[in-house]
Amino acid sequence: MGGVLVLVGSIGLVKMPDFFMRLHGPTKATTLGMACLLFAAMAHYSQYGDGLSLKEILISLFLLITAPISGYMLIKSAIHHRIDSTDKTTGKDKIEED
Amino acid sequence: MLDTIILIVFAMIGLALLLNLWRLVVGPSVPDRILALDTMYINTIALIILYGMNMGTSLYFEAALLIALLGFVSTVAVCKYLLRGDIIE
Repeated sequence: MGGVLVLVGSIGLVKMPDFFMRLHGPTKATTLGMACLLFAAMAHYSQYGDGLSLKEILISLFLLITAPISGYMLIKSAIHHRIDSTDKTTGKDKIEED
Repeated sequence: MLDTIILIVFAMIGLALLLNLWRLVVGPSVPDRILALDTMYINTIALIILYGMNMGTSLYFEAALLIALLGFVSTVAVCKYLLRGDIIE
């Protein structure tokens, strides 16, 4: 499940036509895939390791906190550099000059 | 059963890493390349955790946590450089 979602995120990274659409793949699908993988690892170590394993929650919390921040910084730098986009990208008229 | 599933997920994440590498090389603009690098960091965490599950040890979590931290800090630093032309003002 997690592997499928990570793969979907990277396919979206390759196939989307411009940067503002391309940002959606890694920020959403890959973060969800990593959360699924980390929960799988947590279940695995709780079963085969010694006792309940809670260290994976640390990594998944860190990823859930930092992925929106890095996405925000990336889109800010893209707007700052005026990356050209296709005509189908909506919301371009809401971009303000900084 | 579990070994087969882990091998399949290894193949999927490897394919995802190759796609990220293609976007990193081709990518028309600089933010595209930073985004591909950030995604490669995240997929590398997945690979390390899967390898730890395959080997049956939990030694690799500290390495995964370090890679997560380094990936976030480097992404923010490069974006600050793109925004202002300087990292620390």
